[in-house]
Amino acid sequence: MSVIDRVSGTALPLRGDSIDTDRIMPARFLRAITFSGLEAHLFEDDRHEADARASAGGRPHPFSDPAYASATVLLVNANFGCGSSREHAPQALHRRGIRAVVGESFSEIFFSNSVALGLPCVTVSRDAVGALMTLVEQNPSASVDVSLTEMRVTTGGTGYPLTLAGSARESFLTGHWDATGLLLREPDAIARVANALPYVTGF
Amino acid sequence: MPQTLLQKVWRAHTVRTLPNGQTQLFIGLHLVHEVTSPQAFDMLRARGWGVRRPDRTFATVDHIVPTKDQRRPFLDVMAEDMMSALERNCRDYGIPMADLSSGRQGIVHVIGPELGLTQPGMTIACGDSHTSTHGAFGAIAFGIGTSQVRDVLASQSLAMSPLKVRRISVAGTLGRGVYAKDVILDIIRRLGVQGGVGFAYEYGGAVVERMTQDERMTICNMSIEGGARAGYVNPDETTFRYLEGRPFSPRGDAFERAVRWWASMASDPGAAYDDEVTLDGAAIRPTVTFGINPGQALAVDERIPSPADVPSTERSLLAEALDFMGLASGAPIAGTPVDVAFIGSCTNARLSDLREAARIVSGRHVAPRVRALVVPGSQAVRQAAEREGLDRLFREAGFEWRGAGCSMCLAMNTDRLDGREVCASSSNRNFKGRQGSPTGRTLLMSPAMVAAAAIAGEVVDVRTML
Repeated sequence: MSVIDRVSGTALPLRGDSIDTDRIMPARFLRAITFSGLEAHLFEDDRHEADARASAGGRPHPFSDPAYASATVLLVNANFGCGSSREHAPQALHRRGIRAVVGESFSEIFFSNSVALGLPCVTVSRDAVGALMTLVEQNPSASVDVSLTEMRVTTGGTGYPLTLAGSARESFLTGHWDATGLLLREPDAIARVANALPYVTGF
Repeated sequence: MPQTLLQKVWRAHTVRTLPNGQTQLFIGLHLVHEVTSPQAFDMLRARGWGVRRPDRTFATVDHIVPTKDQRRPFLDVMAEDMMSALERNCRDYGIPMADLSSGRQGIVHVIGPELGLTQPGMTIACGDSHTSTHGAFGAIAFGIGTSQVRDVLASQSLAMSPLKVRRISVAGTLGRGVYAKDVILDIIRRLGVQGGVGFAYEYGGAVVERMTQDERMTICNMSIEGGARAGYVNPDETTFRYLEGRPFSPRGDAFERAVRWWASMASDPGAAYDDEVTLDGAAIRPTVTFGINPGQALAVDERIPSPADVPSTERSLLAEALDFMGLASGAPIAGTPVDVAFIGSCTNARLSDLREAARIVSGRHVAPRVRALVVPGSQAVRQAAEREGLDRLFREAGFEWRGAGCSMCLAMNTDRLDGREVCASSSNRNFKGRQGSPTGRTLLMSPAMVAAAAIAGEVVDVRTML
């Protein structure tokens, strides 16, 4: 397990509120018993829709745009990752190379799933997200720095304060974001709680 | 000090405080299905861990299972692979499973309650966001991802942060033709799709207190669409009567002792809530979604809003929704033509849902170009419906009558929309592409409203057909 205290790199802007996990990873790609190769299908339907418009002069989907191919930071708006609990969504983002998500707000299940993969989802203000998106739309090679020690997102000379639940921050900074090891540490305590529950012991 | 049900359940299941400040919470029931579990079992094997409490774990197949031809091996090779993987994992780890030959298979959130596995005061987890359904019994039930499925398999516990509680009271009475589905769509419409983030929703008030367990499940099921990870109703006589005699319910004296404990877990009078909201049940009308998230909904007699009518933060999403749906601001939602009618899903595929829909279709016929199907929530629902002759009513009206599964709610099997078809659906999500076609369009509504739309060939107020 590794400590995650900062993520630096170029960023991919993905505009829109309430982008659900069905859009991030359509259900037909859940038809597999492993997560491997999922990244090829990230936003597959949204990409086709946007790319069709792009051929008529619009902009391609950011996940199809070569300018963002090596991005490690994903910029999103509000309620990102709502809907289905499918971990396939953050798994695919991580496999694509995304190492931090910066947004206005996140669905709770998506947030927890991401913690378990070592993918911090940090919150900044709507204005800050807007400014960051505009910046990387104009200059895709701009570097964005997400620091969990300083609790700031910085680009060029400008910094924005970020928030992240204290427990998640602690998990990343101590390298304990994969919780299973900790959960297995005190088996007697688990057994004590179980044996005190009347429905476990049979009333 | 008076406590909420959430606080009592949380305290009774706390193993310890983790170094990061989260609570290690014991999970009383872990429900497993074929789609979000294979990777979790692989992680267990890779790390050499076992399943800590197979006796507190229960599996079934629902997401990918075909609903038309269920003979093994399935024609769908991937469905066969996922089914076989679950069977192997359950065998290897001693986990009980309701498979297709059991007579007990079905959507995981339908069979848990039906079998009496789901009980008040429990913590329940499942790798599916609609696990909130089980809150209808006064359980605290969480949807989780695959890594957390691994956590629960290995440790029978989860690392969780505390939730706030919002009490949502629905006062008064519901009008004729207004169902639990309309109540929850109305709640989400008013509080928003992210209004529940950080909260568990406690549903109460006269309307909810009078509801059957089936209706309470419909409400709790869609808590997640309102952004709340969990939702619950305090257990009462309705709950206890439902559970009596179920296969996994306690029996005899143990049942009496269980009822006393279950009742003690309900929120105390005077418990403090982090937020309280009251709605007037009489004001709720049959409700239909028109957009691409469940909060974009209207009463059936309303007109589609224009971006100028909504707060600036919702404007771009509304414009995107109207563009995707091909609907025009100012047009009535009633009269919108539908191509497909789907009665099914963990939200609305229980016996009472099928009865309400059957009342509408009885003696009528599905409109000529409409493809209509009923997918019962479980084998038990299907059998009970057949004993009552509901299958005959549906078939005679022109509906297909299928085997149990998630089917066209998320279209992981062959039940899916084609192209830009519009589907009147009793399911829970109208996200872009949700029903299997990237351009397919979903209108969420109650099963009775779906039945009415199937007959009329367009969105129609079910109250005119009762």
